[in-house]
Amino acid sequence: MQGFLDNLIRGWGHDPATWPWTQFVYLFFMGLFSFLVINFAAISGGIFSWAERRVAARMQSRVGPNRVGPAGFLQWIADAVKLLFKEDLIPDEADKVLFRAAPYFMMVGFACVFVALPFSHRLIIADMNVGIFYILAVTALIVVGIIMSGWSSNSKWSLFGAIRSAAQIVSYEIPAGMALMIPVLLAGTMSTQGIIRAQGAWPWQWFVFDNPAATAAFFIFFTSALAEGNRTPFDLPEAESELVSGYNTEYSGMRFSYFFLVEWGNLWVMSALAVTMFMGGWQVPFLPAARLDALAGWPAFFAEVASLAVFALKTLFFVFVVMWLRWTLPRIRVDQMMNMCWKYLVPASFVAVLFVAGWMLVVRAAPLLATAMHLVLAGAAGAAVVLFVLRVARNLRDTGDKFDFTSNW
Amino acid sequence: MTFEEIQQRLAAKLGERIGALSPANKDPFLVVQAADLVAVCRLLKDDPDLAFDCLMNLSTVDWPKKNQIEVVYHLWSYPKRHSFILKVQLDRAGPEVPSVEPVWKSANWLEREQFDLMGVQFNGHPDLRRIMMPDDWVGHPLRKDYKEEAQWHNITTTRENSLEGYVRLDELAKKAAEAAAKKEVPS
Amino acid sequence: MKPLELPTMDMENKEVLRRIEITGDMLLNMGPQHPSTHGVINFLVQTDGEVMKRAIPEVGYLHRSLEKIGERCTYNGFMPYTDRVDYIAAMFANQGWAMAVERLLGLQVPKRAEYCRVIACELNRISSHLVSVGTMAMDIGAVTPFPYALREREFINDLLEELCGARLTYNYLRIGGVAFDLPSGYEEKVSSFLDHFEKILDEFNRLITYNEIFIKRLAHLAPIPGPMAIEYCLAGPNLRASGVGFDVRKDLPYSVYPDFQFDVPVGKGEVGTVGDSWDRFWCRVEEMRQSCRILRQALAQIPRDAQIMGKVPRKIKLPEGAEAYSRIESARGDMQYYVVAGPGENAHRVKIRTGSFTAMGIIDALSRGLMIADLVALIASLDVVAPEIDR
Repeated sequence: MQGFLDNLIRGWGHDPATWPWTQFVYLFFMGLFSFLVINFAAISGGIFSWAERRVAARMQSRVGPNRVGPAGFLQWIADAVKLLFKEDLIPDEADKVLFRAAPYFMMVGFACVFVALPFSHRLIIADMNVGIFYILAVTALIVVGIIMSGWSSNSKWSLFGAIRSAAQIVSYEIPAGMALMIPVLLAGTMSTQGIIRAQGAWPWQWFVFDNPAATAAFFIFFTSALAEGNRTPFDLPEAESELVSGYNTEYSGMRFSYFFLVEWGNLWVMSALAVTMFMGGWQVPFLPAARLDALAGWPAFFAEVASLAVFALKTLFFVFVVMWLRWTLPRIRVDQMMNMCWKYLVPASFVAVLFVAGWMLVVRAAPLLATAMHLVLAGAAGAAVVLFVLRVARNLRDTGDKFDFTSNW
Repeated sequence: MTFEEIQQRLAAKLGERIGALSPANKDPFLVVQAADLVAVCRLLKDDPDLAFDCLMNLSTVDWPKKNQIEVVYHLWSYPKRHSFILKVQLDRAGPEVPSVEPVWKSANWLEREQFDLMGVQFNGHPDLRRIMMPDDWVGHPLRKDYKEEAQWHNITTTRENSLEGYVRLDELAKKAAEAAAKKEVPS
Repeated sequence: MKPLELPTMDMENKEVLRRIEITGDMLLNMGPQHPSTHGVINFLVQTDGEVMKRAIPEVGYLHRSLEKIGERCTYNGFMPYTDRVDYIAAMFANQGWAMAVERLLGLQVPKRAEYCRVIACELNRISSHLVSVGTMAMDIGAVTPFPYALREREFINDLLEELCGARLTYNYLRIGGVAFDLPSGYEEKVSSFLDHFEKILDEFNRLITYNEIFIKRLAHLAPIPGPMAIEYCLAGPNLRASGVGFDVRKDLPYSVYPDFQFDVPVGKGEVGTVGDSWDRFWCRVEEMRQSCRILRQALAQIPRDAQIMGKVPRKIKLPEGAEAYSRIESARGDMQYYVVAGPGENAHRVKIRTGSFTAMGIIDALSRGLMIADLVALIASLDVVAPEIDR
């Protein structure tokens, strides 16, 4: 964004390096962009809450919210307004300062990630050259918020939820981080835009199909991201059937909704990271990045919109997958979850990193091997998708059911 | 094995302490003395031909006219697929009977329930306390002469007859009218 | 107002508390209002955070003194009360009471009435098991099987509503028969439901029963060996999952069950140990399948144009002191009624022994060393419902 602002200042006829008001312009635009980011984060959180309810309902043979607005689309606004009007309860013996502050820690940790997410070819707030590193660091603030909320609620059940959650998130940072190192290795840079540019638009050019370890790393990352976002199958901290609601039991009103905003907004973050790192980001088919850079005027605008659409569609697909997993799978017990992290995912991610490093050396000597591996893995994935669709069709036939998307809106 | 055969088996092993089966008024049963109860139960459980490994049901019946409380044990044998009924008749004033919890674990909760609701003391029970009623309840509800207390922790156990209000209003109006009439007469 | 003292765990009240404080354990209440104790039950849990040292159930929150009410009502009048003994499987409670009083009277129930009873009861068994497996899956975290189970249960509720007018507490059976005859076209409706439902059972198995995470949560969890199950007098699917192949319908047949061919699923430890929680879950799913079989046979064999009520005296009076015992295979196990007749038109004593009551008795012994998440799974797998425990 600094480049954009410098161009703007030059357009006004001043030299950014010497003009006294440069910092003021920077500050103003920083404020503007933070406002936009927070709004986007919050609104996407709200919209995903609606989407999750509709998706969950369809999966459970129900309809979901369909009264407020077309197809219930304004339900989340109605819920937000209702929560705003609710009584702001703070338990008598709760630690008042921490109780109030906890949701904001979570929001900060969550919203800061959006700064480094590449939404399209040119749309990124700050293309830092330590992009991934920054993202990993900033998401750790969420843990602080959770522990604060659990402790300050002055309830043993909330404390349980908070401790479980902290253990879970901190443990799964490791495989997530290691898995994210693999695209960094393959691209040679930690900048998110750089990683996307190192991939291509077509599936066989994505990092996920680069070599088997990268595919494994994708799944390791996806699983760890689910665990970090407290999503089923790792939603033990919020296990409704055990702890009523874990660390946010004592919260009500808008403070309660902050927690859920973060959870749903995190869907976007998880999916966007997965898409950026492994699935080619905003790369548009038939339009290599070099040609995109060279465009100007109206074609550039349409190309931007196309790249934004590609990124959004891919991310929304993964958001759907995360929701799908939530409403299909049961939840894993705390000790089984820690088992899985430390005994399976951590060693696997280390092995994957070593494999990819070795693979890069091999590929340098024999470049054809890279293309061949790309095509083989992409083909295998395509075959898996086809088999999946056939299986679903067979299941539908077996139960005498039908795929009905047109009724009950 | 039929009830008669089981009773004969018991009588063979334990002799005089086993009486006769009472005649069937739908189901025959065997009355045992409280002191012999545990011995009989152990025999019923351990004997390989009897093999009553399950205490299905333990109930108590209050007979105020006979001044007795009966404890009824329904037994079932999974290996042999036969059942049996034992009864112990206790004095209503101080019903005490040895616990059969050492013999069958299911007696733990069944006896607690009968202690709670009927007031039968089961000697030797590891954890005899109330199960259905709150721990500080007074009285044993299933007894025939049970009278509820008027309140428990300031919650009344009776309810006013909702019609009383209307009657009272009527009477109040009538009394007011009479008082008014009386007042008018002297003055 | 007398202060409430803590209930004792070891009969040494303050000493236990002091010892707990020294070890640093927490004493928590799980319940009585809790999303996943099945009904209003409280558990006193002594835990160090995740692993429990003891979990002591406290029941009695739903005690409605039904047994005392039985001493006040006439024999016919007590039938609606039996619905409330287990409102999820109400037909069975009705049947137990009817059978006990019919035994006292020496009544013969007409054949068609027996078939109606079997049809109603097996439909109710399916719907009760649907609730049970649905809530069990939901307690483990998979929310989707619960609406699927309830969706199928809605079909059954509609069928039973058409039969007797109620969706939950049916009051359908009477002493000596049933209240209403099968409506016209009922056999076709039940058949088409069964055709649809058996496929749904397969879908259910694909969805949740053999799910890897589900198995990981439930396999080897609180396995109850057969002798222990018998010792604590477990009943029904809990007992059969522990390997004891006892079903009242097969071993002490009542009503017209001898006319039907069906299997009784017995736990084999397919994915874990014999008698673990997954076996209890699987037993219930398979029992639903067998109930479908029984229903098909009942619909085919039911005698047409017959009466549905036996010859019952207008006022049922029995000799004082006559007692009878009836056993039926309820959805939750072996439900037993012990009825002692009183001098007038009422019973002198009614004792209802339900499967859930004894299942609660075993939880204390099983829960040492389990985690709290496991306690939830254990309670769900034992399929306890509060009304049965407390009556």
